[in-house]
Amino acid sequence: MPEQKTVAATGNSLVAEAIRQAKPDVIPAYPITPQTTVVEELSKFVANGKMHAEYVNVESEHSAMSAAVGASAAGARVATATSSQGLALMWEELHIAAGMRLPIVMFNANRALSAPINIHCDHSDIMGARDTGWVILFAETAQEAYDNTIMSFRIAEHPDVLLPVMTTADGFITTHAIDRAQIMDDESVAKFVGEYVPSYALLDFDSPVSHGNFAGLGGPYFEFKKQQRAAIDGSMPVIKQVGAEFFELSGRPFDVIEGWGMEDAEIAIVVIGSTAGNARHVARALRAKGVKAGVVKVRVFRPFPGEELRAALKNVKAVAVLDRSESFGAEGGPLFLEVRNALYDLDTRIPTVNYIYGLGGSDVREELMERVYGDLSDIASGTAQPSAMQYLGTR
Amino acid sequence: MTKWDVSNVNKWKSEEFPRAAVIPEAGNSNDYNVGGWRSERPYRDDAVCTQCMLCWIFCPDTSVVVKDEKVVAFDYDHCKGCGICANECPTNPKFGRKAIEMVPEGCELPSAKASTEVK
Repeated sequence: MPEQKTVAATGNSLVAEAIRQAKPDVIPAYPITPQTTVVEELSKFVANGKMHAEYVNVESEHSAMSAAVGASAAGARVATATSSQGLALMWEELHIAAGMRLPIVMFNANRALSAPINIHCDHSDIMGARDTGWVILFAETAQEAYDNTIMSFRIAEHPDVLLPVMTTADGFITTHAIDRAQIMDDESVAKFVGEYVPSYALLDFDSPVSHGNFAGLGGPYFEFKKQQRAAIDGSMPVIKQVGAEFFELSGRPFDVIEGWGMEDAEIAIVVIGSTAGNARHVARALRAKGVKAGVVKVRVFRPFPGEELRAALKNVKAVAVLDRSESFGAEGGPLFLEVRNALYDLDTRIPTVNYIYGLGGSDVREELMERVYGDLSDIASGTAQPSAMQYLGTR
Repeated sequence: MTKWDVSNVNKWKSEEFPRAAVIPEAGNSNDYNVGGWRSERPYRDDAVCTQCMLCWIFCPDTSVVVKDEKVVAFDYDHCKGCGICANECPTNPKFGRKAIEMVPEGCELPSAKASTEVK
């Protein structure tokens, strides 16, 4: 295990460091709050000769992802970063990057979408990208943001995957708060990430290829989508393998979902990102009072770890899924819909309730978590019926 | 470079296609028959033609076939029937008409090789 340096740094600073250490060839980027300091630091690294990448100042996120697609098809290792409206502006290219099977790595600082205008954390932006074909990783802490970003390159470029990967962290909460983290030396990271050898590179003049071709008019579009589905399904074992290797290297365990107290939990919260810490904090206090509370944190959202969730939740009496984004008009938030769908395959029906929380950076206070666990206890004991989706903590 | 055998492409399974619709070889647009897009085909009267080569210069699909410095035919597998050749063809004053005119496509399928084609 390489010696690691303990630092106090923001999530953004650590993500920039991870990207520098992974040695991308091209960085097409456009700044947006709260991602800005990532691309600022990357541009400084390039300007100061601390990394050798082509830094492309583009005029919008639409152009950033377009340039990323072009550079990746050319055969380069490509990294970029965005947030919120920027991610929304990339929408069509996100599908193109995945459909062309380009292993681009992008960091997203999770932030609310307009309107009304808001710059704070929620998952509306990233959940809007959940069906684009990208692998999507979530971080609870700055440390996880650093680790996930390093792993992203390995996952994306794996020959069984070759898909773009989004590595994300919660805007401001994780991106801007100074956190304690351990970082590895450049050589260890470079060795772990390895060299990217593209199989179809536009700039390989000895083997000319054509990317982004037409498959309509009765052509095999449908067949290519089946290829894409096989690739993202196939990414799950790769993610686990890369996570295991990263654990060996760093000493920090990784799993696609991470349970706390799930060995004997009777009630559990399923949550994504920085709020997992709040949930654990309250669950720990409840455990001291004899309540068997547990927490399941989802660290990989695409591919969705349905099997792992079934295994983690199969013995609980009631589950609450916390969504930091809306799916307006649906019967719950995006995470809830997927979790309840996964649990349908269990032999016993577990009451599963949904709370929308923290939109636009709305505070996730202790008493809100206590309320959720209180509701779960009532449902588990049969004194209350599971309710429809609720907004948690609105005035 | 190995040439991809696409003769049975309609029977390929999804995993047999090159990843993500990449075409892993160069210059194979020639293999794709687009003659079926045509609703009118160019007809050239050799007696009227002055061999000015304007049709050859303007054809966007390089479908005017030239041999020994003379226009001899159209490549009907790749001619999309845009009519640019007929438009550019100058009127021959001796005949009072152009050598090339567009005639409606009959029921002859474009995959059937035209008798005028020279490859």
